[in-house]
Order: sequence, then C-alpha cells, then structure tokens
Amino acid sequence: MKKSVLLGAMTVAGLAAGAAAAGTLDDVKARGKLNCGVTTGLVGFAAPDANGNWDGFDVGVCRAVAAAVFGDPTAVEFVPTTGKTRFTALASGEIDMLARNTTWTFSRDTDLKFDFVGVNYYDGQGFMVPKALGVSSAKELNGATVCIQTGTTTELNLADFFRANNITYTPVPIETNAEALQQYLAGACDTYTTDASGLAASRATFEAPADHIVLPEIISKEPLGPLVRHGDNDWGDIVRWTLNALIAAEELGITSANVAELSAAPTSNPEINRLLGTEGELGKMIGLDGAWAKNAIAAVGNYGEVFEKNIGSNTAIGLARGLNAQWTDGGLLYTPPFR
Amino acid sequence: MTRATEAFVRHQMLPQVPPPSSQAGIVKWLRENLFSSIGNSIMTIASFFALWWALDAVWPWLTNGVWTTSSLSQCREVLQGEVGACFSVLAERWNQLLFGFKYPAELYGRPTAAFLLLFIAAAPVLFYKTFPRYLLIVTAAYPFIAFWFIWGGSILVPIVAALGILGAMFVFKKYGNQNFATGLFGGIAAALVIWWLGGKIADAMPNFLALQEVASRDMGGFMLNMILGVVCVSLSLPFGILLALGRRSDMLIIKWICVLFIEFIRGVPLITLLFVANVVLAYFLPPGTSFDLILRVIIMITMFSSAYIAEVIRGGLAALPKGQYEAADSLGLDYAQAMRLIILPQALKISIPGIVNVAVGLFKDTTLVSVISMFDLVGMIRGPILGSTAWNGVYWELFGFAALLFFVVCYGISQYSQWLERQLRTDHR
Amino acid sequence: MSTLTDPSAESFRLSMLVNDTRYRSYTFQFIALLCIIALFSYLGVNLVQNLRQAGLNISFDFLGNPSGYDINQRPIEYNSQSAHFRAAMVGILNTLIVAFLACISATVIGVFAGVARLSPNWLLRKLMSFYVEAFRNVPVLIWILIIFSIMTAALPAPNAFRGENPTASMLWDAFAFTNRGVYAPKPIWLDGSWIVVATFLLSVVGAIAYRRYATKLLYATGRLLPMGWPTLAIIILPALIMYYLTGRPIDLEYPALKGFNFQGGVNMLGSLIALWFALAIYTGAFIAENVRAGIQAISKGQTEAAASLGLRPNRIMNLVILPQALRVIIPPLISQYLNITKNSSLAIAVGYMDITGTLGGITLNQTGRAIECVLLLMLFYLTISLAISAVMNLYNNAVKLKER
Repeated sequence: MKKSVLLGAMTVAGLAAGAAAAGTLDDVKARGKLNCGVTTGLVGFAAPDANGNWDGFDVGVCRAVAAAVFGDPTAVEFVPTTGKTRFTALASGEIDMLARNTTWTFSRDTDLKFDFVGVNYYDGQGFMVPKALGVSSAKELNGATVCIQTGTTTELNLADFFRANNITYTPVPIETNAEALQQYLAGACDTYTTDASGLAASRATFEAPADHIVLPEIISKEPLGPLVRHGDNDWGDIVRWTLNALIAAEELGITSANVAELSAAPTSNPEINRLLGTEGELGKMIGLDGAWAKNAIAAVGNYGEVFEKNIGSNTAIGLARGLNAQWTDGGLLYTPPFR
Repeated sequence: MTRATEAFVRHQMLPQVPPPSSQAGIVKWLRENLFSSIGNSIMTIASFFALWWALDAVWPWLTNGVWTTSSLSQCREVLQGEVGACFSVLAERWNQLLFGFKYPAELYGRPTAAFLLLFIAAAPVLFYKTFPRYLLIVTAAYPFIAFWFIWGGSILVPIVAALGILGAMFVFKKYGNQNFATGLFGGIAAALVIWWLGGKIADAMPNFLALQEVASRDMGGFMLNMILGVVCVSLSLPFGILLALGRRSDMLIIKWICVLFIEFIRGVPLITLLFVANVVLAYFLPPGTSFDLILRVIIMITMFSSAYIAEVIRGGLAALPKGQYEAADSLGLDYAQAMRLIILPQALKISIPGIVNVAVGLFKDTTLVSVISMFDLVGMIRGPILGSTAWNGVYWELFGFAALLFFVVCYGISQYSQWLERQLRTDHR
Repeated sequence: MSTLTDPSAESFRLSMLVNDTRYRSYTFQFIALLCIIALFSYLGVNLVQNLRQAGLNISFDFLGNPSGYDINQRPIEYNSQSAHFRAAMVGILNTLIVAFLACISATVIGVFAGVARLSPNWLLRKLMSFYVEAFRNVPVLIWILIIFSIMTAALPAPNAFRGENPTASMLWDAFAFTNRGVYAPKPIWLDGSWIVVATFLLSVVGAIAYRRYATKLLYATGRLLPMGWPTLAIIILPALIMYYLTGRPIDLEYPALKGFNFQGGVNMLGSLIALWFALAIYTGAFIAENVRAGIQAISKGQTEAAASLGLRPNRIMNLVILPQALRVIIPPLISQYLNITKNSSLAIAVGYMDITGTLGGITLNQTGRAIECVLLLMLFYLTISLAISAVMNLYNNAVKLKER
C-alpha cells in the first residue's frame, strides 16, 4: 500500500488508474489479503488482545473465509468499524465483508443494497439491571433511564418496545460499549440494553458480575450475520458457504482435530466427502480449490468449537448455546445440504 | 515658658537597623503579593483552599498508585479499598498507547528515531537566527527519511520522490527566470517524468536497502497523532501560502475560488470533514480505487488547516506596509519575484506565531479521528483498552496520561511561540 | 500585480496571453476556472457512476419518514413517530442551546481569568496561569471525556437519595445534583400570574429609566446618585409586593424521587452539563488569553492618566481600560464563539443529542443516507458560522473607534 500511498498521492494521474470493477474474489486474490470489517472492540466477538491480534467469534468467520480462499487464516486485514462507518466501508469497497454483529433487517438488505449471507448468531435485545434495583421484568421499567449504544437497531427496538407497552423512558445514547458501561455502573442509567450476547459479554468484565441480572424479556429478534455487497453473487456464495461449512461440520462431527484425518481419504459418509473435497468438485463450483472447507475448518474449528472457544459456557462470557444449537439439538442452525 | 537651654546634636551615626519586619523578606513579599488588601486576602485564602483541596484529593491517589498488576481487579485487590491509581494499565499498555496495537513491537525503534530526528530537522527552522541557512537541507530531507523509517520498504521510494522534487526545482531555476510559465510547467513535467521512471525502478527492486514494511493502517496511538499533526501542518503551509496570495490577488476568479474555499472550510467543524473522509469521499473517487483511510484523513485535515493558515498569512501580508509592495514594483520585479524576494519573507516572519498557534490547535484536533474509528491515542483508550476485560473501568489514569502527553508537546510548542514573539517584538513598551 | 500600460498600438498576438502581464492574468484565471470545473465534473461523474453501480440514489425523501428513535432532550414536541426532519430540528435547537450556554459562561470565566492573571495577588495569578496553560494545551475532546467521567463518578446516582440514611441529600429540598443531571424546581403559572410578570417587566423598564436618569444627572450637575441597590429594589420590590397582593399565583413544583428518577421540576441532563462545562472551561482559557492581551495592549499611560485623575483601581479598569481593551478583544472573541459552536459537534462523545448526534448520528446510521446527511450537516454549520460572524461584525463596527 505504502508505495502507492506516496507515489499515488503525488502523481495525481495515478488516480485514474482505478482497477475496473472485477469480481471481489479476484480483487481479494490479487491483494493476497481479505479485508474484513469487525467491531472496534467487543470482548468475545471481536477484540484485539495486548499484542494486537484479533480474536473472537466474528473474527473466526473472517479467518475461516480467509482460510477457504487462501488456505491461510492469517491473511486477513481486520478493519475496525463503528456503527456509523460499517456500511459505507462495505459499500465503498474498503472491506470485502462485514462480520460485526450486524442485524439482518429488511431495509439493510434491500434499501442499503447489502446481501446478508446467513446468520452466525441468533440474538435478541435484552436489558441488564443491577440486582439492587429490584426489577424483575422489563415492563416494570416505566420512567427508567436507559443506556444504549448508538448506531444500532437497538435504539429503534427500544422505542418500539416502550411505545407498545405505553411506558416512558429516558434514553442515554453512548458511542462506545465501554462508555455505556461506565455510565451504567456509576448509576447514571438504571438499565443497559443491547443484544443479550453483548450484555453477557459486558457483564463478564464487571467487578461483581453477580450483582447484575439480565431481565427475561427479549424484545427483538436480532439475527446477526456476515454481509457482503449486493450484486457480487459469486463472492457472496463463498462467504455464505464458508459459514455453512462451519455449521455443517459440527453437525457432521468434523472438528479441527479430526479434519485432517477425515480428509485424507474418502469416508463412509458421502456428505463429509463432498464437503472436504474428497468426492465431487464443490470447491471448483465457487471458484476455490477442493480443500477450501477443510482449510476453513482446520483453521478455526467447526461452529461449535468457535462458539465454545470465544463465547461458550467455559469462557468468561459464558453464553449457553440456546437458539444457536444445531437443529438436531433443538436450535435454529440448519444448513442446506452440501450436494 | 521655658526654653531648652541646649540643642541636641547627635555626633555619631546610629547603627544601621534592619528594615521593619513588615517591610522586608518574606513578610513584605507576602503582604505585597498575597495580602495587600482585604479583597486580596480573601482571594488568597480561597485560592489556597482550592489548591489544598485539589492536592488532598490527588496526592494519595498518585502516591498509592499500583504499577505492577495485570488487571484492574488485581489493582483493587492490592489497594484493599484505599484510594490509589492503577497505573499498571500504563505499564502494560504503554506500547499500544504510543504506537497503536498493530505496529510491530520489534520496530518501535524506527518511529522513535524518526521522532528524535524531528527535533534536529526542525531546529534550523525554529531557531533560524542561530543555525546557518545551509542546515535547512536537513529539514528538507527529513520528510523522506521519516517516511522511510516509519513506513519502511525500499529506500528507493523516498529517494525517487525527493529526486522528482529536486528535478522540478532544477528545471524551474533554469527556465523560470526567463519565463515563469515555462519554468513552472517544465518543472511539473520533469517531476512527473522522474516519478514515473523512478516508480518503475522502485517497483522492479522492492528489496533494495529495504526496511520491513508497515502498512499505514497499522499506525496508531500517539504516533498517529504525531504523524497526522506533522504531515498535515507541513503540507498545509504551501497550500496556505497559495490560498492567502490567491485571496489577495487582483484576479477575480482566483480570488473568489480562494475566498469560497477558505470560508467554507472555516465554517464547518473538523468532525464533519472527517465524516466526509470516512463515509462520503469514497463515493467521489473512481469506482474501484480505495484510498487508505489515513490518506483520506490526511487530505481532509490538510484542507482544514491550510484554510486556517491562509488566514494567518493573509494577516501577515496585510500587516506589511504598502511601501514594501510599491518598492518591489518600482524595482521592476514581477509578481513572482516580488513575492518571493520581498513580500513573503517578511510576511511569513511576522505570521510565525500565528502559524504555530494554528499548528498547536491542529495537533490537538487530531484526536478527533478517534470518532471515526481510527485508533489514535484517544481511540486506543476508548476502544481496545477500555473495552478489554482486564482494564474496563480505568479512566483517570488513561485520560490523565493522554492529557499529560498532549500537554508536554503543546506547552513546549507554545513556549517556543512566546519566545519567538519576544524575539520578533521591535517596539519598546 | 504591476500593469505597465504600453501606449503603442501593438496588435494582439496569441503569445501575449503567456508573456504579456496585461493578458497573463486572464490566462491564469481561465486555466484555474477550467481546473475547478474539471475537478468538480470529475467528482460528479464519479459520484453518479458509483451511485449507479451500487444502485443508490440521492434523495432527501427520508427526511419525511418516521425516525423511530427517541431523544432525551426535546425543546420542541418530538416522539419516535416524528419525522427525521423534526429530529434534525431538535438537534439544531440542542446545538444552539449548548452553544449559547457555553458562549456566555466561557466569556464570564475568560474575563475573570484574564483579569486575574494580571492581578497583584501572586497565588491567584499563578493558579490562573496554571488553569489557562492546562486547558489550552490539552485537546478539547479529552477534556470533554474527563469532565463527563468526573460528572458520572463524582455525583451521586438518584439511588443514593433513597432509603432511611441516604448518602446524598437535596439542596434545600429543591435542587438535586445527580449524575443523570440537575433537577430544580419548576414554576407553575396559576391564574393571575401574568400580573406579577407584567409588574416585573415594567419594573425592569423602570430600573433602566432610573439608571439613565442618574447618568444624565451625573453629567449635567455632577451629582452622583447611588446605582446598585436602588436598581435592585426597583426590579424586585414591586413584583414581590404584587405577588403577595394577588395571592401568590406562582407556585413551585419541586422535583421528588419517584420510581427510578426524580420526577417533576426542570431537569438539565448530565450530558448537557458535561459538554457545557467542558466547552466553557476550555474556551474560557483561550478567552482569558485574549482578554489579557487586550488589556496589555492598552498603553500604560492610560492607567497612569486615569490614576492621576484620582480614579480608584476598579474604576480605572471599568471606565478606562476595559472599554478600550474591548476593541482589541472583540474580534478574537468572535472566533472563539465560532469555535464553541463548531466544537459543540463533539457532543457525540458524551451522547448529547445535538445536530451531529441526530442528523449526523442516528439518522445517518438508520437510513444509511451518508451523503445527504453530511451535506445537510455542513450546510447547517456553515449557516450558523456565517450568521454568528455577521452579527458579531455588526457589533464590532458599532464599538469600533470612530475617527473623525
């Protein structure tokens, strides 16, 4: 980049040399790196550690796509985006895909011209209150002061919920999660509302997590998923089926530990064989090599592994699988067949 | 009535007595400076209490500070409920605060060296009376060296860039005296040719004397503030001069273009310009080009500061006596010569304090990039550090550190500016 | 640019466009114009192309759609069903509110600190220069965040006012300072209250008339009437008497802790207070420097001349120095007011819903109409800036030294 920064900035003529609108896949391959938009920092979903390495549930999706395309899960440039900048970053081509707990809504899919390729986390908006407040239901929050993170669908859901229940509230819109928590912990708001997963993630960072409860009401559906630009269906297919491969891998019992063994030779399960490229040519159909899914699974593990590693019940965040269990376990994860 | 029969006459000097205690030493100083009147005494006591109250709150917090733990909860354990700062966050994350979280740790020496070189490079300009003129070469070479140090890559890239500018200057010097236009356009053409050829060579030999490359996206922390501040101020100086000259020009169209640009930029907050850089600019570039965010931001901040610097320089131009312009004309100098040889050297000299003020203001404003999700010093604090599990809740230490860093730099610059103002002052008040 | 008028009737040649100073300026202007037109059409073409490629369009229709979000400080009627346009109006008013408050308090702080920096009191002088240097040399964004943190951490939550032994209590049972904001009593206008208000307004007019009369008398006869307490009495007494005569028609509604928050009374949000204070204290430091420079610009002879006339120090300041210094102070003061208005856009950092928070924040996020929102945002600030500088220039011309 830097060479073109300097010379490109000085030779204005270079400006006109913009690459013709080739497919995103070609761009990504030419660049050698996947530009993946993530949050500016939400523990468990996407946050840089002390060494600057990104880690988290959404980061896992980015790494899986990079592994599927390049065979290298580190060939990702993580671009932190805020609620405000995420859509422009994607629309302008600054990022190739956005994996940033973004809710799949009608208008985002149609009016903003994006394609949601699937759902990697079924969430819903909840409320967290201090136990000392003595509130047990969100409907008791009449007159409460509510902290919200701006730039998300939560503001709209909140307004709808209070209007539907005919109760009043005072919104305190805050730019970042960290500052919203500061307000909440100091008692400047009675309750903090965001996606239930975010609440759990934030509560885990508290000094005394047990003093706070998440109210039982989930006031909205928040299917969070990765999205790409509208119109480049080939690229959309790659992201969609990489995500599906992770989910299918869990269903089929493929893990990062046994994927090498299962892909070494055809197994007795034809779907595993098709997925891992030992049978058929699924990879070629989406313009990747046959080991794409194997690489993705080997890099980050299957959906269940990614979940358990970053946000599962053994982590500080401690989310149960709930809706995000496989359909065979009563959850909503159900991939179309690999055929 | 009796008269004294004998007049008293003293024959020897009295021994010197020290002045009354109220008129000397500490007491006198106290009386004059602190308790000269009732109102003054009240104010002294009030100020003293304010000071004492502030110190009483801050002192134990500072002295009880914990430096060695690895998370806020451990700090709280160590402090056992006492008042005390948790400076461990600085000890653990100092590198992120200074360099951002993606700059490779083993390369920290390079930006540090570039930073130290900045002082050497700036000295000939800042203390132009002390240092000989030819040292300005060091200043001119600094941007290229600093670029190479911070971004890395082959040394050919900055060398080609420098050669292009040198070539342009050479051509302009040679032909500009006979014909301004030929010199100007010839210079630009020469630069473009050199850059084009040099770009080919640099692309062909990417490993010639190469340092490890660092993408500009990986810049962060206080380093990003410094880069933005230094780059934008130095870029905006030439633009500012051109805009100021344009605004005072007789050519109506050029004048109005400059006026509109300056007034527009000065009328909107920097944050809206940053929004433009972040969410709008991409729509105005050819499809498929993707400028780095940092480059887009540099363009916007440079536009912003050149408008302000233009106004400062315009003030300097207006402050020159009209005789200077007329004298230049009467010598038969053309516009370019008059400006270069007579007007600008004087006008720039008297606008230096103003320019320094703009520079300080701009440097402080670089913190606004944190609002558009860039990880400068404030962005690092508000984003990754406060968002992490270990340090969620450490506000004072981090913001205090940020304030201290900015204070040191800005106070230093403003002290220099005041010193310079005293140097430039010619009236005797 | 020197134009040598050459009398010879030389015919026009094309090369003169470059070489002749008479025509060269036209060439330059023409080239500049061409460049500007080329630049704008280049940007415009790109925009059209990009929008077509993304299937988007430029349209301001979204301003009429329901916004769907709530705003905590509503100077005008607004709810989540109101249009985005109305949300923008609320934002504009909120911007103006915080800018107005901050301008006034920054001026007060600045004048005090500027005068105090020249005070004979050493301690005060040093404290004030510490204040000025500390605030001038640290970015305003950091100050806003720090003051917001102080507000949140240092003031009690409404919960602290609760219970048998509350850790916090209300001031005179009327004012509550919480980290959600300040709650104060609100006047309730009952029947007949207009009489009291009318009396009050009339007595203000009366007070002004009295001061005019006193000044006139002073100039005419040299008799000095007392100014301070009679003015105060004229303003307060009649209204107070009328208040009791009409049977106390103005009542106060006190804020009380009900449910989660204080209810009733007037409420000033914590984010407004934090932003207001931060802007006022930060800009106050700059104004202090302007004031100090203005006072020091008045030559020492003025002070000495006034002293030799027998004026006391505070009268020297009020009657001789400040009126003259004002001419030096006003122009930089205008640009400080502009800075406050522009810096108020940092409200986004504390969640105060100004125009950048509504139109440039939530509306932009929810509709994705980036170009339109940013365009309107810039237009608004541009209008405000031009308006402020126009008004202030009028004032500046009014107080300018009139040379005859």
